[in-house]
Amino acid sequence: MALLTVHGLGKKFGGITALNNIDFTIDEGEIMGIIGPNGSGKTTLINCITGFIRASAGKIVFEGRDIRGLAPHRIVNLGICRTFQIMRPYASLPAYKNLIIPLYSPRARKTGGWRGGGRHGDRNIIALDLLEEVGFERESKVPYKLAGTLPTGYLKRLELARCLALNPRLLICDEVFSGLSMSEIASMVPLIEKLNRSGVTIIMIEHRLKELFRVAKRVMAISYGDKIVEGTPEEVMANEKVKEAYLGA
Amino acid sequence: MKTGKRRERIDRGIKVRSDGLYALSSWREIAYLLAPRTLLIGGFLLAPLLLLLFPYWQKVLLIVCIYALLAMAFDFLANYVGLVCLGGSFFVGVGGYGAALLNKYCGLAPFLSIPLAALLGAAFCTLLLLPCLPLRGVYFAIITLMYPLMATRIIEAFELFGGTNGMMDVAGFANPWIEQYFLVTATLLLLFGLRRLAVEDLGLVIKGIKDNDQSVRASGINITFIKAQAIFYAAFLGCFAGAYLAHVYMWAGLSMFALDFSIIPIAATVVGGGGSLMGAVLGAVLLVPLSEALRAFGPLRIVVYSLILTVVIVIKGEGLLNYLARKYSQFERWVEI
Repeated sequence: MALLTVHGLGKKFGGITALNNIDFTIDEGEIMGIIGPNGSGKTTLINCITGFIRASAGKIVFEGRDIRGLAPHRIVNLGICRTFQIMRPYASLPAYKNLIIPLYSPRARKTGGWRGGGRHGDRNIIALDLLEEVGFERESKVPYKLAGTLPTGYLKRLELARCLALNPRLLICDEVFSGLSMSEIASMVPLIEKLNRSGVTIIMIEHRLKELFRVAKRVMAISYGDKIVEGTPEEVMANEKVKEAYLGA
Repeated sequence: MKTGKRRERIDRGIKVRSDGLYALSSWREIAYLLAPRTLLIGGFLLAPLLLLLFPYWQKVLLIVCIYALLAMAFDFLANYVGLVCLGGSFFVGVGGYGAALLNKYCGLAPFLSIPLAALLGAAFCTLLLLPCLPLRGVYFAIITLMYPLMATRIIEAFELFGGTNGMMDVAGFANPWIEQYFLVTATLLLLFGLRRLAVEDLGLVIKGIKDNDQSVRASGINITFIKAQAIFYAAFLGCFAGAYLAHVYMWAGLSMFALDFSIIPIAATVVGGGGSLMGAVLGAVLLVPLSEALRAFGPLRIVVYSLILTVVIVIKGEGLLNYLARKYSQFERWVEI
């Protein structure tokens, strides 16, 4: 069943066409990859879907409802959560307090039950649980350190934990592997797989193709705002247009 | 160049011990924790009694409390929400006129009209500031600076509420003790209430907006709504101060929109140290009596006042309270590198 259908999505910044007539569908429980060279419009696509940028044309249908033009916080409360490519932690708060903020949102309160930190839950404890889930060592000092002092690996995990706190239906990861060491990536991949098994549909934007192809069964490639091809990783990599986009003609 | 030495700051043992549960195991640790709070609360509660023989300074104490409230509002907006608000006098004016109207036309006694004027006034201010909430930094500051100016001109031009004469015959307090203690206790309650709010979950969300508003939006929270709530709390403090002033002066007029109510609280926050609310109060406690004491200088008063401010800001830019708090909890020593 289609969870998200994007139909004819377009975005123009003045005279520049950042996205042109993008169509794709993602089914419930799927992991889909989006690849493309720098500046091809991947992040713009995410920003349009999550409402951070208003799309100029097209339809974005989530669970049968057109969500184009909704404010970002409304879209999040429907269950579409995103991570940021450049991590956006709350630097002056300790890592676990960073999660109080998503846990405070209407979605976490509604869907989380006591785990959402509602009337009977303690948000601090839930936050520590979530951090443990994404790989913060619970018995160490790390969850209590100021987020501004954490290294990239932890910040990426913190971004992921922020999304988990919101009980997402659709999780959009904007380059979660970038800037991580090989061993850090190796520990992130099972995390993504585990999330997917628990029923979360995932869209991943990624430059680390090898790791992406391990988890994503279907990949879409875009270049200069146009969708070039969609298919299994092998099909996409074999495609001439993709090679041309990455390597030049 | 000096080499080989470096200054090191280390938490005092007593600070570390009193951070944990051990604090409850000895009187010394308990005293360490309670001393600053007791000094503040006791000082404020005893001040009206101590100043019994100096009625003039009793009035100054009231002004201290008024500016402390305004400085708290400024500090809260600037250092917790990230909105630099130069419209403190707008809050005062709205609160003052509100209390005067409630008192004269609805016949409410000061005890009802002050809280009610603070509530309604805060709602009114929040509503008016709603369109400016997406603005940040200097743009928000400029717009909020405009509001009191606009209000003055509108009242003047349309002769509203007595025009330039203001509204006379607002009921005063029955007795000076009530007058004093009403404001002093209210100031303390609002101070500790706001500090509590800042560490509650809502307070964390507010801090999150200052750190990173896009991330708060991506967390499914309507930041305009949260900012509006924060403005409401700050405006409540300002309107409360204004409403109280109207009942003390038994008058509400255009001078309630005066720039003093916007600027002096900022000076108090800077001198006292922002980011803790206590610093704002400390700043008001120091600056207002200082400005009174300088009256002896006559016309040069402002010059001396400005000089003192400049020196304090240049030498201790972090703010007095932050400096004192550091000395209280840490010691320094020189170590070999």
